[in-house]
Amino acid sequence: MVNPFSDLDYVLFFAVVIIALFVGFIAYLWRRPKTMEDIQEWGLGGRRFGTVVVWFLLGGDLYTAYTLIAVPGLAASSGALAMFAITYGIMIYPIVYATMPRLYNVSKKRGYITSSDYVKDRFNSRFLGMLIGLTGVVAELPYIALQIVSISYVLRAMFLPATITLIFAFALVAIFTFVSGLRGPALTAILKDAIIWVAVIAIVIYIPYKLGGFQPIFADASKYFAATKAGANAPLFESPTLGVGYTTLALGSALALFLYPHGVTGTLGSKDTKTIKRNASLLPLYNILLLMVAILGIAAVVVQNGVFTPATSSFAIPYLIRDEFPTLFTSFAYAAIVVGSVVPASIMAIASANLLTRNVYLEYINPNASSRTQSWLSRFLVLVVIAASLAFSLLKVASGDIVFLQTLGGAIVLQTLPSIYISLYTRKLSKYSVGLGWLAGISAVLYDQYLLNFSGAPLTTSTFDFMYVGILGLLVNLLVVLVIHGISVALGKVKDEGIIDNSEFTIDE
Amino acid sequence: MNSILKFIILVLPYAFMVLGFGIYDRATPYLGGMPFFYWYQILWIFLAAILTSIVYFIENREEKKGVRA
Repeated sequence: MVNPFSDLDYVLFFAVVIIALFVGFIAYLWRRPKTMEDIQEWGLGGRRFGTVVVWFLLGGDLYTAYTLIAVPGLAASSGALAMFAITYGIMIYPIVYATMPRLYNVSKKRGYITSSDYVKDRFNSRFLGMLIGLTGVVAELPYIALQIVSISYVLRAMFLPATITLIFAFALVAIFTFVSGLRGPALTAILKDAIIWVAVIAIVIYIPYKLGGFQPIFADASKYFAATKAGANAPLFESPTLGVGYTTLALGSALALFLYPHGVTGTLGSKDTKTIKRNASLLPLYNILLLMVAILGIAAVVVQNGVFTPATSSFAIPYLIRDEFPTLFTSFAYAAIVVGSVVPASIMAIASANLLTRNVYLEYINPNASSRTQSWLSRFLVLVVIAASLAFSLLKVASGDIVFLQTLGGAIVLQTLPSIYISLYTRKLSKYSVGLGWLAGISAVLYDQYLLNFSGAPLTTSTFDFMYVGILGLLVNLLVVLVIHGISVALGKVKDEGIIDNSEFTIDE
Repeated sequence: MNSILKFIILVLPYAFMVLGFGIYDRATPYLGGMPFFYWYQILWIFLAAILTSIVYFIENREEKKGVRA
């Protein structure tokens, strides 16, 4: 194909990307903090975010490359299976509503900024705190990689040479994050959402209109799916063999989202528990547009006259836009996707760096480090985290359906569920039960991935009904927790663990 | 608010999305050309938001009453 983009298109593309991110660079002028060096300021924006900012900050976790590139990509290669992401979106918020206000209350009272801070005190174990923290950081890496790989796919769709696109994408994320801190992404998130809304709404209205409505989209696409090997499973409906895989992927992803360090960051940055509850009630509405974007993956199959392969699936949305819109709009929409990938990658990297600083460096290496040292160390570690995610962008899964980078991270972070979520409701579990449960769960996940040659495939074999590996690991994990707890009961060793009293979960500020 | 009632309301979406897979794993009836599998999700996006909002409003009202008492 001949490159349809003119110089003007490139100028527009880079201008939108740079201007949108530049708002983050000047963000420190916004509600100027007293000391920029203070880590609570840099990492949590001073725990001052109201309903609107938290809406954009948490909503930003949803409008990322995951929903704009990865999920429609899966729809273009595998049909209705991709809808697990919407089912997942529906199931996130009741969990958030129930658990996050409890975690928020205790964190505000005791000054926690990571869930690892909480785990340390709840189980009175510095080691468990660090273990849970490191698990979160490792789980963020493939998720960050997904954002960065997506940027490079968009750049490639713009005919930039493949060799430099990945490097450019990494540099963009690293520079943006290093300079701005959380206050930057929070403000940029608002602008980012505005740009994405304009682009997404234009696309989800125009494409179905152009193709004559949903009826021909689904009718034509099902012909193409029937013609491929994937046809047996796609569209998914009326093929219940993948029912367990579909529902466990959705449930596991929903349970995992707020176990990630970055999920906690957005929440603990809130002003009060009402802010969190209001957002938990309203954020599900974000899913409407996400569903429309996922269906665009099906529309891409119609426009391209064929089902995408996993290797080309990430081009589904970029190609659809390029084929159906004037190049000027395409450039703008591409810029929106790039900004929409940089901001969440940045939020994830900051959350990981905070955690490494507080729960590893401060805990084990230098307990007397000044706030200033901590803040600068965090900034340095952000770069380390972003560089480490590069490893995941070179995995086999990164050149297939990239949505499975996210489910890989989810499978890992799910193993922290007993230590974080369950411990919000009981003080009786010991560090040994949740620690060994973690070990069993992580081992199960790694063993499954080993059997699959670390391809990142999220579903286990038919032996386990194609269950999501994260949920399989969690079941093994919970079983071990129960057995060890049962042994403690039998030995009469059960007591109140840790230093946090149960009443601290429900104190209102 | 009765914590059992709160639990039931918050757990409803999971019952209908996970255990209810058999309900929505089908193409018909179509709505505006969209298979049932897809528009069932749209239905639940709204229902989930409404259910959580109900819990929020009840809790909020109780809290305000508690302050006055």
